[in-house]
This record gives sequence, C-alpha cells and structure tokens, in this order.
Amino acid sequence: MKRYLPLFFIIAAVIAIQVWVTACDKSFYLTQLTMSAYYTIVVIGLCMLMGYAGQISLGHAGFFAIGGYCSAALSGADCTVFSHSATGNLFVKLGLLMVKQDLYGSSLVQLHPWICFGAAILITIFIAYLIGMPVLRLKGHYLAMATLGFGSIIYKIVLGTKVFGGADGLSGVSPFEITKGFSICGSMAMRVPNYYFAWLLVILAALFMQNLLHSRAGRALRAIHGNEEAANAMGIDTARYKLNLFVISAVFASVAGIFLTHFNGGIGPSEASTMKSVRYVSMVAVGGMANLWGSILAGIGLNFLSLRGYFGSFDEAVFGVILVVIMLFAPNGILFKPGIPWKRKGEN
Amino acid sequence: MDLLEVRKLHRSFGGLHAVNDVSFTVKKGSVKGIIGPNGAGKTTLFNLIAGATKADSGTIVFNEKPVHDKPCHEIARLGIMRTFQNIKLFSKMTCLENVMVGRHVKSKAGMAAGFLNTPATWREEKEIREIALAKMEILGIPHLADTDAQSLAFGQQRHVELARALAGEPRLLLLDEPAAGLNMQETEELGKTIAAIKDLGITILLVEHDMSLVMSVSDEINVLCFGQVIAQGSPRDIQKNPEVIRVYLGDDNA
Repeated sequence: MKRYLPLFFIIAAVIAIQVWVTACDKSFYLTQLTMSAYYTIVVIGLCMLMGYAGQISLGHAGFFAIGGYCSAALSGADCTVFSHSATGNLFVKLGLLMVKQDLYGSSLVQLHPWICFGAAILITIFIAYLIGMPVLRLKGHYLAMATLGFGSIIYKIVLGTKVFGGADGLSGVSPFEITKGFSICGSMAMRVPNYYFAWLLVILAALFMQNLLHSRAGRALRAIHGNEEAANAMGIDTARYKLNLFVISAVFASVAGIFLTHFNGGIGPSEASTMKSVRYVSMVAVGGMANLWGSILAGIGLNFLSLRGYFGSFDEAVFGVILVVIMLFAPNGILFKPGIPWKRKGEN
Repeated sequence: MDLLEVRKLHRSFGGLHAVNDVSFTVKKGSVKGIIGPNGAGKTTLFNLIAGATKADSGTIVFNEKPVHDKPCHEIARLGIMRTFQNIKLFSKMTCLENVMVGRHVKSKAGMAAGFLNTPATWREEKEIREIALAKMEILGIPHLADTDAQSLAFGQQRHVELARALAGEPRLLLLDEPAAGLNMQETEELGKTIAAIKDLGITILLVEHDMSLVMSVSDEINVLCFGQVIAQGSPRDIQKNPEVIRVYLGDDNA
C-alpha cells in the first residue's frame, strides 16, 4: 500500500487546490492547472521511457501533435455526404455520426468524438511502431538524433498540410462530449469538471506506471537500462520491451494531445516543435530521471509557471538553460534524488 | 543422455578463427570444464551457446532442439542461463530485484498485467519474490536482498549473479570464469556451491582458469587452444595429456 502513498498526496492536493482556488475566487488558475495536467501526462510516459528504460526520445511533442491534430481534424470533418449513404445512415443510427446544427442553423454531420479519439490513438500506435522499430536499435546520442528527426518531420508535416491548417493550426475544435452534461471544452461552466477529469487521467497514468514499475515487465525494462546484454541473457526480449514501452509512452502523449486540443478548442504547429520535446525531456530531468513522482511535480510546476507567463519571453530559453544546467551539474536530476523521503529502504 | 551437443561449430572475427570446428557433448547432470590459454576462444564458445553471437557454421543442439539460429532471449527461455566473466548485474536495482529478473523466463505477466496489477499478477509476483529469496538462500546471501547490487564486494556480486541465473531454474548453467577475482577461500566455497548446484540436477558448463577448481568439480574437461579442441577427457586424463601440458598446464619438471 505504501507505494501508492504519493498518489493519495496528489489526490488530496488536487482537491485542496480546487477548493482553495474557488474560495479565493481565482478559478482562472484552474485553466492553466488543467493544461499542466495534460502536459504532465506526456512527462509521465516519457519518464518511464527515459528514466526507467533508458531510451531517450526527443520526438514526443510529435506524438502529442499527432493525437491532437488527428482528433481535431476528424471531429471537424463534415460527413454530410457520407451520412446519406447506406453505411452512413447506419452510422447515424448507431450514434457514430452526430447530426448537429452549425452557427447558421444548417445541419452539420460530424463523427462522434470517441471515434475520432480511437482513430487518433490507432494512428499514433501505427506511427510509433513504424518509427520505433528501426530507431530503437540505436542507443544514446544516435537514438536522440533519430527521434529529434522524427519530431521535426511531424512539425513540418503539420506546418505544410492544408487539412491541419498550416501555420495557423486548427481552431474552433468542437467540445468532446464524455457524458451527458459534461464535455471537454474551454467553457467557464465546465472548468471544474474539466480540471478533475484531467487530473483523473494524470492519476490513472501515474497509477499504471507505478504498477508497471513493480511488475515483471517493469523489472525487465529497468534491467534493460541496467545492462542490456545481461537482460537479454536472462530471457528478456529487449527489442520488444523497448518498442512496446515506446509505443505506450507515445499513446500517453497522444491522449494528452487529444484532450488538451478539445479543451483549448484548437491546436497549433508549435505543439509539434522540437522545443516542446526538449521541454518534456527537461521536465523529466528536473524530476530526477528515474523518478515518477518527481517528474509529475516538475511537470505540473514548470508547465504552470510557463503557462502563467512567469518566464516571459524567455520561456523557451528557460527550458534550454534548465536542460544544460542539469546535464552539467546533476545528470541524475535535482528533485528528490534517489529514494523519496517516504520510501523505506527495501520497500518496493 | 546428452543435454548439449555442439557440432562443427565455427566462428571467425575477420581473419581470426576464434572457434574453429569445435564439437563436443555435455551429458545431462554432469559438470563439464573448458580450459585453455587466453584467447583460445572459450568466451566466444560461451557466447555462441548462449546466443549472444551467431556461429558462421555448425550446429548447437540443446535438449534435442537446434538452438544455434535462435535469438539469445529465446535460448534463455529454453533453459540455458549464464553468468559473465566480468560480472553484469543490473545497476540501480537491489540484489533481490536482480535475482527476480532471473525468474523472467519462468513467469509470464506482461505489460498489461503490469499496468493493472491484478490479483493474478500479484500472486505471481509473490511467487517470484519467494523463489528469488530461496535461491539467494542457497548461495548464502539472503541478507543482501535489499542492498544495491552495485555497492557489493566483488565476491558477493558473483553470488548475486549466480543466484540470478539459478532463479530461472535452467537445465544448463554456463559459468564463465566464476573464480576470477576470488581469493583462495572464496574459490573453495565456490567449488562447494557448484557441487550443490549440480546436486539440484542442473548441468554445468564451466570455463575456468583456476585449475584446482576445474579439476575438483568437473566430470569431464575439454581443452581449447586457438579455437580448436585439442584434448577431451576426465580431469585425471587431462592432467597427464602431454599436449595439454605443453600448451597450457606446463610441466614443473620440464
């Protein structure tokens, strides 16, 4: 039970912050906290990949963008023509297609957000496998460079594709209806439930990863980091484990991208930029590399400060500096160095 | 019955024939020693059997199945576990966790099970832990369970590595110079440990330079020189073999 203790701290903090912020009538903070939560999901996935399995990725902003853009483009697509066909009709009956009215009162047929969600995830998985298979044979700097290349490819694609809005990105992305009366969107009325939904995802992600870490598969991943040759000799299919984890962390990034895009009502090419990837990596580094809780804290803290504009126009420079400083002086990260205060020796 | 059969194995690195036309068999339940001068190809032979490197030609049959074309992790799953000449423990993990990784081949919870931590995985996890501790008990190191593996003394690291290999309950255990870096007393203890492992019914293939150890624990010995088997027989025969004395053992009376 002790291993879940930090999780209870997070839950308590999440509730406390919401109550406090609402009481102080400063609920605008919740918007940035919600956004930070989504970015933190990317950081959690990356922390597993980098910190524990030792595989660096400088392309995770790419996966975030794949999720966000796919979901935005699909949910915005006009399916009126398709809905008149026999299959389209069936889709409407099944609720897979939604008939809505646009601003001017004419009817608009769009895909159900969960369909878009599923499609975006499938596309992410496909691309992650495609990229991961050749690239994960590489190690260290080479892997970093290859993933960096992947990130810039995605950036250029979204920048140059009309469907994705080019340099303007996509805006006016429709709300993502989760249940009746609650949807992922930026409206004031939905602020509190959105905040809790985002945090629920963070907590689930952290729970999954914490479980994984202390399972057979997690041990195998850490063993790969510890000594790949010995891991292989112990019967661990190192290539497969690395690839699977890479795909899982890509899916985490994608899920965050999808929901944040619907929450913001839009997404721009900067989400796919290399600087975003560097930012995620620096957050994992600040968190202590192989430290799940540290990276969550770093993810929330730094994202929140950045979104509130505390770094001003030096925003991106700040993350660059953080990375340089950490690599120079504390390559193992600075938050909660090995072993967290409440972790007893020998407790797993 | 032969557990391992190596036939006409060949592996060269550039112009060097590290393993050249090597054939031998290992009987089930026996301890086979492999000796020879440095650079004779002993470690290469080990890597070939474990699947860490691939042979240019020749076959390796383990438990009546050809394994020379299988990847390393597959071979481990079939029941060949190994230790390394220059100890390879997993850094940033405790000794117990290191040994638990050795149990990988005998357990099955995958990533999804890891995520969800279901009661079934939970039970398996408990079993893995118990078996790992039992193996550490055999090697006399249960007290080291929670220590960081890399902070240990050399001799203790060897024990952890051995426990890790045992945790997979192999049919064949490959020991690559297990006595390297150990003092005389530790080597003597290692001899007893190897005998105890043999009593568990595990077949052992042993590469070693420490002659007192090899001669005392081996049932049969192969002598390798420049990639070729130059002699084969019981420890007693090997000690008397003039060719072996000339190239490797040396003659005190020469």
